Amino acid sequence: MTTTTQPAPAARRRTSPRKRAQRIRLVQYAVLVVALVAIILNVDGRQVQSVFFRADLIQITLTSGLPRALLNTVIYTFGAFVFGLTVGTVLALMRLSQVAPYRWLASIYIEFFRGVPALIVLLAFGLLSVAFPGLRFPLDPYGTVWTALGMVSAAYMAETIRAGIQAVPKGQVEAARSLGMPSGMAMRRIVLPQAFRIITPPLTNELILLTKDSSLVYVLGLTASAFELTKFGRDISNSNGNLTPLVIAGLCYLLITLPLTFLVRRMEAKSKKAR
Amino acid sequence: MSTVTTIPPATAIPTGDRRDEIQIYDLHKSFGDVEVLKGISLTVRTGEVVCVIGPSGSGKSTLLRCVNLLEEPTAGRIFILNEEITDPDADVDAIRTVMGMVFQQFNLFPHLTVLENCTIGPVAVKKVDKAEAKKLALETLEKVGLADRADAYPAQLSGGQQQRVAIARALCMDVEMVLFDEPTSALDPELVGDVLDVMRLLAETGMTMMVVTHEMAFAREVADRVIFMDGGVVVEEGHPDQVIGNPQHERTRTFLDRVLNPTHPHAGDQDAAYAARHAGDAAPEEAEDPQAPDLPEIPGRTRGLL
Repeated sequence: MTTTTQPAPAARRRTSPRKRAQRIRLVQYAVLVVALVAIILNVDGRQVQSVFFRADLIQITLTSGLPRALLNTVIYTFGAFVFGLTVGTVLALMRLSQVAPYRWLASIYIEFFRGVPALIVLLAFGLLSVAFPGLRFPLDPYGTVWTALGMVSAAYMAETIRAGIQAVPKGQVEAARSLGMPSGMAMRRIVLPQAFRIITPPLTNELILLTKDSSLVYVLGLTASAFELTKFGRDISNSNGNLTPLVIAGLCYLLITLPLTFLVRRMEAKSKKAR
Repeated sequence: MSTVTTIPPATAIPTGDRRDEIQIYDLHKSFGDVEVLKGISLTVRTGEVVCVIGPSGSGKSTLLRCVNLLEEPTAGRIFILNEEITDPDADVDAIRTVMGMVFQQFNLFPHLTVLENCTIGPVAVKKVDKAEAKKLALETLEKVGLADRADAYPAQLSGGQQQRVAIARALCMDVEMVLFDEPTSALDPELVGDVLDVMRLLAETGMTMMVVTHEMAFAREVADRVIFMDGGVVVEEGHPDQVIGNPQHERTRTFLDRVLNPTHPHAGDQDAAYAARHAGDAAPEEAEDPQAPDLPEIPGRTRGLL
């Protein structure tokens, strides 16, 4: 080939960026179609159904105490959330305190409970009544769960709440103080309401995490009436050698968390618009 | 009016005269190593409107914020209605209820309605009956022309409306005096007039006012006394016609010249090219008479010209 013809194929090979992007997209679609076809051809639909969605087991799961387990999950979660929110607010205020030891104490608490697995905290609480004979939490087992899960989530929430308090402009406190409000009243009436408005989305996320963490409660060795979704589903799954009850339990979590996720997205979109 | 304040020592005793609403003796304030206020002494009397002017960084806002102790003075004493607010044993919250403060950034409470912004002080702090506080708030909002927006939230109002609500919020505390910290500096020029109208009205009712401002026309028209501050000290003080109309100090003259003729070149301007470009712009009569700068006819226009 002569040198004069060489540039021609080079020019033909160079595709425009838009064309190339289009081609990459096509390849991605192709891979997806191939994967789907492979799955459909290789998976026995009937077997999948019998393992994950067996009709008689669905029936059994729904009728043998699912509502009770669902309610227990909600009770564990909500109680722990209220506990965490209260302790978290106190911790956040301690973190912002003028008194240095309060700041240290709050920091130590937060770092400890953020760094330790929630499972260990729950295990420890389960053994407390053994280690200290006679020690009983009120409303057992609810009191124990609320305290254990609440103490862990308080550490996370404290940092969120502190960030929220600090996000309220300084001028708000100054305006409140110049009206003659003492600092406690300014915090309660002016700063905290605004801070909680700012942190509602991250706090709702914390609620979602707590909902899932409530599944750890099984390590406490509870009686059947105190079962939450995971323990409940797992027991029926174990005795039947089938995954259907666990799948149902998992779907029940989605029943709680999906509306919350949706809510967070709505709030975030709204706050973006307001800004 | 006598304008010379004899500076008493730091141990000065308040005059005991109820007409001396704000007495400041030898006030010092430092932020770290930077001394922002270097010994300020002044008195504001009942019904007096005192405007504090000066270049940015001169300490005028800090002075105002020291008066209601939003900033803790480094040294010096401040008396409000003959009660010392700088006394460590003073009930600062109680003393603050007699003076309102209006901020540059309005600082309305965004989670409360306009009406609630005006009632939260009286109800929460002064334990006024709710219905009574609401009645007073609506009357006050009427005065600032915003009674129809009582149920709106601050974010739904324009800057000028927000600032008028902030003034109403201060007045609802039934205060003896109001401190204004550059109340129109954050406003769009066309909204300044409404706020100044409210302040002028307030001055006419005999309210004691201490106003940090850049509105020279307002200061000249409404103030009983103008204080020019620079570098943390009071350089010049007196009747507005004297301080603004016929300033005695070089620093005052330079400042006023810059504020009132912002587009003209000034001696000492760093941008030589800019100065050269505008060298021919300055009208000769203005160049010859820098001591009596022309003021716009309409108050509030000085910022508009900026």
